[in-house]
Amino acid sequence: MRAIPSVCLAAMAAGLLLLPGSAAAQSQPDASALQQQIDQLKKEFGERIAALEAKLAESQAPAPTPAPTPEPAAPAQAAAAGGAKYFNPDTAVIGNFLGTAGHNEINPSPALEMPESEVSFQAIVDPYMRADFYLAFGEEGVELEEGYATLTALPGSLQAKAGKMRAAFGKVNTLHTHVLPWADRPLVINNLVGGEEGISDAGVSVARLIPIGNVFFEATGQVFRGDAAEGELYKSSKPGDLSYVGHLRGYFDITESTNLDFGGSYSQGHNAAGIVDDVDLGRFTTQLFGVDATFRWRPLTRAIYHQFVARTEYIRSHRDQFDGLQKADGFYVSGDYQFARRWWIGGRLDQSGRADDASLLDRGQSFLLTFMPTEFSKLRGQYRRTAYANGPTAHEFLMQFQFAIGAHGAHPF
Amino acid sequence: MLKRSLIKQTLSFLFLMLLAPAIASAQLKVVATTEDLGSLASEIGGDKVSVTSLAKGYQDPHFVDPKPSFILAVSRADLLIVVGRELEIGWLSPLLTSSRNSKIQPGSKGYLDASMTVKILEIPSGQITRAMGDVHPLGNPHYWLDPGNGRRMAQAIRDKLGELSPNDKAFFAQRYADFDQRLAAAEKRWDAAMAPYKGTKIVTYHRSWPNFMERFGLEVMGYVEPKPGIPPSPGHTIDLIGEMKRVGAKLIVVEPYFDLKTPQAITNQIGGKVLVLAPSVGGAKEAGDYIKLFDYDIGLLSSALKQLTGK
Repeated sequence: MRAIPSVCLAAMAAGLLLLPGSAAAQSQPDASALQQQIDQLKKEFGERIAALEAKLAESQAPAPTPAPTPEPAAPAQAAAAGGAKYFNPDTAVIGNFLGTAGHNEINPSPALEMPESEVSFQAIVDPYMRADFYLAFGEEGVELEEGYATLTALPGSLQAKAGKMRAAFGKVNTLHTHVLPWADRPLVINNLVGGEEGISDAGVSVARLIPIGNVFFEATGQVFRGDAAEGELYKSSKPGDLSYVGHLRGYFDITESTNLDFGGSYSQGHNAAGIVDDVDLGRFTTQLFGVDATFRWRPLTRAIYHQFVARTEYIRSHRDQFDGLQKADGFYVSGDYQFARRWWIGGRLDQSGRADDASLLDRGQSFLLTFMPTEFSKLRGQYRRTAYANGPTAHEFLMQFQFAIGAHGAHPF
Repeated sequence: MLKRSLIKQTLSFLFLMLLAPAIASAQLKVVATTEDLGSLASEIGGDKVSVTSLAKGYQDPHFVDPKPSFILAVSRADLLIVVGRELEIGWLSPLLTSSRNSKIQPGSKGYLDASMTVKILEIPSGQITRAMGDVHPLGNPHYWLDPGNGRRMAQAIRDKLGELSPNDKAFFAQRYADFDQRLAAAEKRWDAAMAPYKGTKIVTYHRSWPNFMERFGLEVMGYVEPKPGIPPSPGHTIDLIGEMKRVGAKLIVVEPYFDLKTPQAITNQIGGKVLVLAPSVGGAKEAGDYIKLFDYDIGLLSSALKQLTGK
């Protein structure tokens, strides 16, 4: 009986769906269509411009005032030749190098590592959809971080995605490592939402835009196979053990320089707590509830020099297991201030219980300084203090170095 | 029971929302990525169009946040006009994807790249890399700052509006003819104001002004930025001061969204002047439309040059 309403709920969420800001934050530019077009036209542009210049020189010779210019030539037709390279996807590689100093007995990190290099391929498939692939190259293997098609031409303000994707649960879960404002992920994400990998699974997503006046609302519903964070969060023992995510995002401009982004999320799936000798005896599930809010200030005339972003997420986990229902919760609050063209300063407060033992409460504080020579590279230092419930307090210094080559990505938002 | 009826209600509500037809509107909804394009669209479209501009004239058009409020505007648009040349590369594509509006996707009828019929400068030839800074592989995207290009953009907008709304073709043609006349008259004014300063060497902060300066006969001899998009460095600033002294350049033109510290330090050294011009409609209060933009800039520029050159 219990399962029925949950499935209903999930299905409803799926009907509702909306894509969180992550879509915007993440999708790298899809300049491809534009660029293809433009590339094709580029050749004849040279010629046409030469002609135009000549014409202009002529017309300007006697008097600088140009007569009303003649009708523009009909838009040039795309050059027939040109070859398949115009249809190659936009490709980019983002390297992420991480150094860690200090002591952490509970969750130690290597001194130096290249945990992930992200390779992305993005292009428009046909008039109805686009595709985005993100491959994560670790030091030892390659993994499909995301790979999905987005149907962009659906009626009714709907947008659908199919493939492997990061779920629309809250904010941080949707973000790739290179767009995070920190060198790590908050404790609450690590403890309750599957950490680095998070809820990222094969499934389908439907999102609908629901504007109410000038307030932007987007409802997203997603259904996944039911595995998350290598079985630590969700584990699918049978084909029917799907997991579900529902998300509602709201956004409005307070002024032209300030805005508020807020959301609520729900997720549910089977966990691995009841698995004994590879048999899921317990059939236990985990439910996650989340709320998030982001406030941004960016004065338009000084947008490249100053901005401030405050974010917070509160997440609650109800995990059923043999010893009963564990109700753990946690949150982070962070603020980042850009104080000069290339410099950011930031801080984050963390607190979270553990999903499988709500009585264990971890706390953390971080202080960050980021230097961005250009939008294509970034050097970040983070001091992190973590007071673990079951071990000595860790003091660590993280140094992160990121660099991107290839197609110009969209600026994260 | 309660839960079940709640679910039913929610589902039927959602169903109704899906079916709710878009409310038809007589006006064409035009979204322009910048206020310059928005101003030209209003000139041609008059009351047959409603125009929304995304980026403000006083913000750096390279660095605009793809805000969800923009997604709403784009989702409702019948026509999207873009500057193109990769000016909007950092922010337009998430808006297009999230808009769910197939009418205005690149290649669709409701998508107009205003750069397709204009004169583009600084198209790089040969190998380009990001070692050169923020280069635009498709040429300098600040092309709207030449009134000749403004006229070409207006023509493209006239043709596109006529295509989308064939019944109003004559109306748009009439509005274009009127704009064309006013622009031609204004150009005479501007040329007269700038005529004494032909060939004067000046410096600009960013490469936003090649079309403007070429059109009005000024020569840009250097930039405050060492490379496009790279903030000023001490070494480059010293070189620039030396070069400005050598050629007698006194004026630095700055966009309203850049810091004035370095330009002012330079002009203090050489006894010159920093001038903040509007690079776009809306870049200053007085620059309220496309023609007023040039009125404002030419007014400031000619009086500054008069003061500096004594002509």
